[in-house]
Amino acid sequence: MEALYLLIPLSIVIVFIAMGIFFCMSDGGQFDDLIGPALRILHDDDKSTSDEPPPEL
Amino acid sequence: MNLPLPKELSIACYHCGLPVAEKSSWSISIAGVMRPMCCPGCQAVVQCILENGFDDFYRDRTGFSSTADQEQLIPPELALYDADEYAQQFGSQKDVGEASFSIEDIRCAACVWLIERRLARLSGVRSADMNFTAGRLSVCWNRALCKPSDILKTLREIGYTAYPFDATKHGEQLDLSKKNLFRRLFIAGLSMMQVMMYALPAYLAGDGTMDADMTNLMRWASLLLTVPAVAYSAQPFFVGAWLNVKNRVLGMDVPVALGIAAAFTGSVLATLHGNGGVYFDSITMFIFLLLCSRYLELGARRKAASALDNLQHVLPGSAARMPSYPATRQTELIPPGRLMCGDIILVKPGEAVAADCTILEGDTAIDLSMLNGESQAVPMSVGATVPGGAVNVTQTIILRVTQSTGDSTLSVLMKLIARATQHKPKIALWADKVASWFVAVLLTFSVIAFVVWHFVDPSRAWAISIAILVVSCPCALSLATPTVLAAATNRLLRQGILVVQPHVLETLHQATHIIFDKTGTLTVGKPVVRHTEPLDAMSPAHCLQVAASLATISNHPISRALVTAAKNDAAPGDMELTCQNLRHLVGQGLEGLVHGRRYRVGSLSFVRELIGHDPITSDASDCVSVYLATDGAFLARFDLADGLRADAAQIVQYFQNKNKAVVLLSGDDQSVSQHVADKLGITVVFGEKLPSQKLSYVLGLQRDGAVVAMVGDGINDAAVLSAADVSFAMGDGTALAQTHADCVLLSGRLLSLSILNDTASLTFRVIHQNLIWALLYNVIAIPAAAFGLLNPWMSGIGMSLSSIVVILNALRLQRLPPSFRKKQ
Repeated sequence: MEALYLLIPLSIVIVFIAMGIFFCMSDGGQFDDLIGPALRILHDDDKSTSDEPPPEL
Repeated sequence: MNLPLPKELSIACYHCGLPVAEKSSWSISIAGVMRPMCCPGCQAVVQCILENGFDDFYRDRTGFSSTADQEQLIPPELALYDADEYAQQFGSQKDVGEASFSIEDIRCAACVWLIERRLARLSGVRSADMNFTAGRLSVCWNRALCKPSDILKTLREIGYTAYPFDATKHGEQLDLSKKNLFRRLFIAGLSMMQVMMYALPAYLAGDGTMDADMTNLMRWASLLLTVPAVAYSAQPFFVGAWLNVKNRVLGMDVPVALGIAAAFTGSVLATLHGNGGVYFDSITMFIFLLLCSRYLELGARRKAASALDNLQHVLPGSAARMPSYPATRQTELIPPGRLMCGDIILVKPGEAVAADCTILEGDTAIDLSMLNGESQAVPMSVGATVPGGAVNVTQTIILRVTQSTGDSTLSVLMKLIARATQHKPKIALWADKVASWFVAVLLTFSVIAFVVWHFVDPSRAWAISIAILVVSCPCALSLATPTVLAAATNRLLRQGILVVQPHVLETLHQATHIIFDKTGTLTVGKPVVRHTEPLDAMSPAHCLQVAASLATISNHPISRALVTAAKNDAAPGDMELTCQNLRHLVGQGLEGLVHGRRYRVGSLSFVRELIGHDPITSDASDCVSVYLATDGAFLARFDLADGLRADAAQIVQYFQNKNKAVVLLSGDDQSVSQHVADKLGITVVFGEKLPSQKLSYVLGLQRDGAVVAMVGDGINDAAVLSAADVSFAMGDGTALAQTHADCVLLSGRLLSLSILNDTASLTFRVIHQNLIWALLYNVIAIPAAAFGLLNPWMSGIGMSLSSIVVILNALRLQRLPPSFRKKQ
């Protein structure tokens, strides 16, 4: 059980590190759009754009 | 009560999901299947999407698109964005422009795909990146190859309305607070999960089986991890409580903050002394759950606010100035703000006059309905004064500006609205009042409990009064109403009803009087052909075809009504008639050759010239009549009148069945108003009312204790919409009315009101259930805590269970009724 005296303080340190990482990610705009990127990856096949030059308006 | 949909509304437009009239002839083939379309606007958009090879859009989408504006798919005013004053807004670099655009009506993933793919093909666009959540598009383009207006135009072609993003106008503040709240929520969640890990051993171990050192270690670990939750995540509660105390009101934040503070202090003291109960797990869970509900609520509010923001971003108004009049007739488009007194402007039919003017050239009819509610256009000729905001109806006119936009009649109306806003009754405050009573009683009770236990058993007094604050935790009570309202708002938005003020549901429920405006609200606001009376052997349908072929070139509302009627009447496969030698006689009618025969359509006096005598028929009193004739014979009489909305009668009956007084309040003629009212079964009718008279009528009703709901659409309704207890604007009405209403019926259907009313009753049922549950829970839990029967884990579980029940019950409202789901 003595291991707990090391592991529990360690877990607290890890949680605080995780919070720090979260703040960095949030500042970097990771969470600004939670829906779009997940959907975009499904629609990434460019079959209609790759084989023809972009038409003029 | 579920109203059956009228039969002609049973087919939905494949593009936007709006009902398609039975006789509509618009349709398009997508992937080999003919799909119905509700209007030419939608059809044009679909055509453009298909031509670009983006058929997959329809396969992948999960929601309907928005209805395309058929009148103004690509307004010429977009070119104003290319002007110098906007250039700075689009980045500082000389050859590369970049900007954010806010885009309305992003419904699903396929929209994002479509927008990005389409823009990527536009020459000159370097990158296009769409943020789905914020509805914002970042574009980077080469200034030499492409202009901002090209981007906006391309977006319009595929059915999306975009505006240059303006942070001050947009809900930037709300975005920021949502991001902030998300961070607080995340931290609270993280610390809640960790603290629960450290609390669990204490629950699992029986009394005395865990040694004191280990218990202490766990407590200190919990303490350390609770600190970020209390110091950072719970900040909004402390700030709110402080504001409440400063303003001397008792809001829900006060017991929340007190409960957190007391439980935290008590637990810290217990940890320091090594005895007494700790509540770290309850505190973090409490903070997390409360933040969850606030986050949901804010999300719903943001959605509503962004829809409203977009309403205020109307296109830059424009005016066509003629700088070298009368030498040449060249025009330049300028923003109306730049118009000076003495400028000469050109106003085409259908356009609004940008400032107060006098007419220099041209005879026309001017529609003042935006200003005084009169639905019939007033004929005006050279020398007449036209107020800013009036709409030119028939002919192109040239005017001299007499007053710049700032002092125009329109801005006077705006001032009237500003005054009316102050009359808003605050029924919404009632709920807060009850809550503050509860809080006061709760605080007193916990103090009493503390004092009593101080005499009975001093060592338990502190723990028990904390337990009262935590277990009673106004959580369930403070969640009971807002979560339900947020869920209901969200559900209504998906049904095409935008609730701007949260009190709408509550107030509509209590309304005693429902007041309707006439033009544009109960009626469509444009003339429609109501009846075709054949005067000769030719069939009515054919008469309509002939009249429409003559009328296609004219922009007059009557001509447009004839064309629309003919299109709706046409059987599929009918050939459109072509017309030659068309002559347009201003203010009288049209003449032309169809299959070599001469026809005239127009006013009686104009058509009579062909024949020489009057037809054997009489005009209907409440309609405008137009005649069709060929050489020697009258063919038909078309009766046109402002058409009633398809669902007007139903909605009037719906409210009358609910025992609410239905009133028609109109700026139009008494006789016309009376006629419409008779058709709909409305008994109380007031015609010829100016906006100020409408306002005083509503204020008078309110003085007598009535709760007034007002439904309107025009600028002239805006003031009275602000004054009514609860107000609704039609989605196809003017932007001004919409910004002053508490609720906007985006779908433009009156039946939305019945959906709204039914949802309101449902919402109140759920709120009552929630409140009863919260009350029951508190009535049992608080005395139990006061008598010292609850240990920490019991109060923790009781607290979270009571909140979860409340939230789950509220979320039931998010589900759409099955009848609505099926249609999607």
